[in-house]
Amino acid sequence: MRYDSPLAAVGNTPLVRLPRLSPSDDVRIWAKLEDRNPTGSVKDRPALHMIEQAEKDGRLTPGCTILEPTSGNTGISLAMAARLKGYRIVCVMPENTSSERRELLAMWGAEIISSPAAGGSNTAVRVAKELSAEHPDWVMLYQYGNPDNAGAHYTTTGPEILADLPSITHFVAGLGTTGTLMGVGRYLRENKPDVAIVAAEPRYDDLVYGLRNLDEGFIPELYDETVLTTRFSVGSADAVTRTRELLQQEGIFAGVSTGAALHAAIGVGRKAVKAGQSADIAFVVADGGWKYLSTGIYTAESTEAAIELLQGQLWA
Amino acid sequence: MAIEVRIPTILRTYTDGEKAVQGSGDTLAELFSDLDSRHSGIEARIVDEGKLRRFVNVYLNDEDVRFLDGISTKLADGDSVTILPAVAGGSV
Repeated sequence: MRYDSPLAAVGNTPLVRLPRLSPSDDVRIWAKLEDRNPTGSVKDRPALHMIEQAEKDGRLTPGCTILEPTSGNTGISLAMAARLKGYRIVCVMPENTSSERRELLAMWGAEIISSPAAGGSNTAVRVAKELSAEHPDWVMLYQYGNPDNAGAHYTTTGPEILADLPSITHFVAGLGTTGTLMGVGRYLRENKPDVAIVAAEPRYDDLVYGLRNLDEGFIPELYDETVLTTRFSVGSADAVTRTRELLQQEGIFAGVSTGAALHAAIGVGRKAVKAGQSADIAFVVADGGWKYLSTGIYTAESTEAAIELLQGQLWA
Repeated sequence: MAIEVRIPTILRTYTDGEKAVQGSGDTLAELFSDLDSRHSGIEARIVDEGKLRRFVNVYLNDEDVRFLDGISTKLADGDSVTILPAVAGGSV
């Protein structure tokens, strides 16, 4: 494959079968390797698409400052594109995210504003909205509410998966901005009405949720419940366990949110086996494990020790 | 019939700080009423006009009950129910 520039090389990622972690020969699990994008995560797709659409309709012009709430990946993708295209970028990131993410953002020239750990990404979103109001000239692409986020997956990720796996029965991805699930989900539904769209939502420990007010929660503007078939909450322990299994049994070095998606994929796979059905389950490897190395979870002696290491961290 | 209910930090003022409590009921609605009989006030924080509050997520054995039968979802002995605030998550 040949491309005219690094930015043009976003997408067209491999889809690989997991022979050891698939529940049976008839119930197969397939990993969409989104870590093979230019900055190493699935977020290159929405980030680039949001920038290009904003340029097209004149919201983003030379010399602009981009503002974005992010726990890392989207910020890294935006910062790389911003560097190549000559924009200034300010990222709002929860303070309890790994040091690798800060290094990567700084490396691409992004300015980082830390938001308090309590409340995690919810708080980052709130802080970014406040900054946006203070600086009306800054352009917040706002991944949680920008239709071009889901649009990137509708026009690229979805068609790629269906082309590689026409027999797909289930699509599983992590639930964050909901962009991947909304975009791929809508595309697959239109072309394969019986497909199940399954969300894997990260469930952190108490330290992260803190004293979250139940009356002022946060639901991304992009979220449309009707696109999903079901939604699983996956705790840190299961996510870490699956991340390590993926590494040790299939040789795929992925981030922790991928472990959560894999856990849900194996869950629906086992249900299919029980029901005597065959299935082709595709799930998204959102990023590689590089940014989470400092947590120590990949080399910890035991899974229990690895789980302990992740306490209080925003792992997705 | 015993069902374990995991309580988020914000609601532990109703459970004397307990992270998890036991309850019973054939449906989630009955379970929340049962909890309220021992932890007065908790039901109103989860349910409003017979529906789950917008920013409250409830999971039955890790599956979001909004994709099951909502507050009418049937429960069985040994089930685990988790209550959580709605959050922004994922590798965003």
